[in-house]
Amino acid sequence: MSIFEIIGGFFILLGSIFLFLGGLGIFRMPDIYNRLQAGTKATTLGAMSVIFGVGILQLEDNWTWILKAMIILIFIAYSNPISSHALARAMYKSKRYPYIKSTDDNMDAYREINDNQSKEEKS
Amino acid sequence: MFIILVFFLIILMVGAAIYAIVQKDLLYAVIATGVISLILSALFLLLQAPDVALTEAAIGVALTTIIFIITIRNTVRHEDDFKDRDDLKSAVK
Amino acid sequence: MTYVIYIAMFFMIVGLTLSAFRFVKGPTAGDRTVALDTLTIIIVAGLVLLSYVFNRFIYMDVALVYAVLGFIGVIVIARYLEGAL
Repeated sequence: MSIFEIIGGFFILLGSIFLFLGGLGIFRMPDIYNRLQAGTKATTLGAMSVIFGVGILQLEDNWTWILKAMIILIFIAYSNPISSHALARAMYKSKRYPYIKSTDDNMDAYREINDNQSKEEKS
Repeated sequence: MFIILVFFLIILMVGAAIYAIVQKDLLYAVIATGVISLILSALFLLLQAPDVALTEAAIGVALTTIIFIITIRNTVRHEDDFKDRDDLKSAVK
Repeated sequence: MTYVIYIAMFFMIVGLTLSAFRFVKGPTAGDRTVALDTLTIIIVAGLVLLSYVFNRFIYMDVALVYAVLGFIGVIVIARYLEGAL
């Protein structure tokens, strides 16, 4: 058992546990914003860790795997936050209120600012 | 061992397909179609056909979803919102 | 090494199942879209792991296509929900 197998297996196990935690969070969390947080951030880390682990595992046989793994990793790192941000923005603009126990709720202030802006634009 | 994975993916895909047929809200049916094409691509890869999986990934995820969403935007979202053909024609912008 | 792959695939299958539950159960369209996003990213990781299992370099291209194109559907659905498409 070489050093590459130990490091790669560790990364794969860590990433799969984070993927499982993302699924658990998306099942258990109370409202859409918490689900976005759990379902996107944790799974981004998990997928990046699994892909990097596979690249490490093949490093002693074939070093080209790590290059393609890095390309996939870069694309995940930019595409997944974009989709998360677009979805949170859409939910926020369509007036989905957060969970009742969320203390940091600025939705009403946002709505007042938005109404004032629309009045100013009309007048 | 991998036969368990294949059976799990097939069950998930058939469940998503039944959900897409039964559901009255057409937007949910479109999202279910995305899930079907996602899992179908993984199944094609498990059946050792990476080229078909590549085509399914490119078409099923991006193109089908965009075309169906544009169609829903131009028509109605719920299936029960129109009663007959004339009502459907009046709903189209 | 084989057992590590099996354990990782077991965790991924459990994550897929929980996301599918949220997909069926979720009250609004946003929850279902989040479930679709999570399913996509778990399947990308699973495809890369399968390409290691089959020891084929070309299988990673499917995961690459998913990583590049997978967010377009979510963005289109989000723009439709926002009312700005």
